[in-house]
Amino acid sequence: MKVLVPVKRVVDYNVKIRVKADRSGVDIANVKMSMNPFDEIACEQAIRLKEAGVATEIIAVSAGEPKAQETLRTALAMGADRAILIESTDELQPLAVAKLLAAIVKKEDPQLVLMGKQAIDDDSNQTGQMLAALLGWPQATFVSRLTVADGQAEAGREVDEGIQTIAVKLPAVLTVDLRLNEPRYASLPNIMKAKKKPLDVVKPADLGVDVAPRLQYVQVEEPSARKAGVKVGSVQELVQKLKTEAGVL
Amino acid sequence: MDFGLSGEQEMLVETTRAFVEKELYPFEAEVERTRAVRPELVRQVIDRALEAGLYAANMPEGLGGGGLDTVSMCLVDRELGRAAYALHYLVARPSNILQACTGAQRERYLFPAIRGEKIDCLAMTEPDAGSDVRSMKCTARQDGTDWVIDGEKHFISHADLADFVILFAATGEEETPRGRKKRITTFLVDKGTPGFEVLPGYVSVSHRGYHNCRLRFENCRLPAEQVLGEPHKGFEVANDWLGATRLQVAATCLGRSHRALELATDWAAQRRQFGQQIGKFQGVSFKLADMKLLLQQAELLTLWAAWRHDQRMMRDEDAAMAKLAASEALGRIADEALQIFGGMGLMEDLPLERIWRDARVERIWEGTSEIQRHIISRAMLRPLGA
Repeated sequence: MKVLVPVKRVVDYNVKIRVKADRSGVDIANVKMSMNPFDEIACEQAIRLKEAGVATEIIAVSAGEPKAQETLRTALAMGADRAILIESTDELQPLAVAKLLAAIVKKEDPQLVLMGKQAIDDDSNQTGQMLAALLGWPQATFVSRLTVADGQAEAGREVDEGIQTIAVKLPAVLTVDLRLNEPRYASLPNIMKAKKKPLDVVKPADLGVDVAPRLQYVQVEEPSARKAGVKVGSVQELVQKLKTEAGVL
Repeated sequence: MDFGLSGEQEMLVETTRAFVEKELYPFEAEVERTRAVRPELVRQVIDRALEAGLYAANMPEGLGGGGLDTVSMCLVDRELGRAAYALHYLVARPSNILQACTGAQRERYLFPAIRGEKIDCLAMTEPDAGSDVRSMKCTARQDGTDWVIDGEKHFISHADLADFVILFAATGEEETPRGRKKRITTFLVDKGTPGFEVLPGYVSVSHRGYHNCRLRFENCRLPAEQVLGEPHKGFEVANDWLGATRLQVAATCLGRSHRALELATDWAAQRRQFGQQIGKFQGVSFKLADMKLLLQQAELLTLWAAWRHDQRMMRDEDAAMAKLAASEALGRIADEALQIFGGMGLMEDLPLERIWRDARVERIWEGTSEIQRHIISRAMLRPLGA
């Protein structure tokens, strides 16, 4: 079984980001970039499936600027078999990425697409869902437990009430949540092997996909600072405030 | 000039950092408190390091090592250097000198050391032979084809854990252009060899849990096949293989300096006194700037010397400058970081007091700061006949 793992190059989660002075976006000049942590979890899961003998080949794919090759090399060093970069310096919005991935899926014919539930830069949480819709495949989102066998995936989804377990027929798109696994770090021998693994580069035009943005960023702002809390004198007062002011009771 | 790292080197740094945070940091407090690394923990760190491919990363790939060049090795040591040394050194780089092993020695010492099955240690220093190594009194005399060792060594790092010792002993004297000097031979001595004893060393202020030992040899008989390299060529063997150990110390100092500086910077941005963050006071911010400058200088010198080593261009003074700069920088940075924290910096709750204590030995071992200055100035003056 082939597994496709889309990975996105994003600002490293440790970086304290700053909004540009003109509010057009976040300043990403000279900041550390890494693989989106949720994609790392997806990649780890794919490798575990391969180690378990369920998956036979892992293909990492990324859409973005040439430097996204570094992110793909990281996936290869973790254990992916080969990689595809859909190279574009244009702004790629979730729908465009979903279309690009759909084109790759048609070409590669994987049984499973394992991807992060969202990227930590724009937090859109759309690409997986859109991809499943474009392909007409079943989907399971926010997956935090997973077993794959007999042409079917049993996925535990993290929903507000707890874990909802659903069965989806393959081929399917699964988007993974934080608690699915703890990704490994690439070992030194695998880092050295990664540079010898194939990495193909294609352009959106080669895939016949129009990536023109459908959405327009109007303005990016820092979140407002958290206001100081209130100290209450008694439980009674607390319950009262929860009822009247917070409106949660 | 190209100051960039390759993609592989970037990943190597990431992997080593992740390893340090996951496999070493969680045990630092325990090691400091107990002044020891439990045998199970020793095995665990070695096994995890083997899995990550970081064990024996210095050794050539063909021999089963990681095959890293010197720049990459320095990057690994920089990241490992962030952790307590008793844990760091378990991610071992077996002494490069073992590559001088020939014949059966390779199966008995070199390969087991690379596979993490045997641990080596290096015995050079003696109570009366520190910087002046050639004055060593531990001798080996030939008896038939055997060698008989007598004498003492001290400050021998992790000899308590080691399975065998790479021993330097005096084997006579020779005339040199600078007077009569001792001839030195290198031996491989297994623990348990009759006449060889490992005794506890001193309790050091630096590197808790990383023990130095005393070695005693009394009529310790070794067959000829225990000689590493050629008899009387011990210094040649050492010079051929031990060149980069100063860079290892330098790189370790960089890692520790980074950690201290990060702690101090975060603290300066958080801690408020007199109504503002203390980093807004010039007394603190200028300290940070000077620490950063020292660290950057030392890092450039170290990676530059490592690059020269990879190009087979490194001179003694290159490594000396890197070691001098990095160990002195660490001393200063650790002290200033502690000052920025104030009283809290001295408490065992933070890694700072450890970094501060551990920093002291770095200006002493692998050649004191004074010896490094001697090496640097000698290279300048000797060609002029001074």
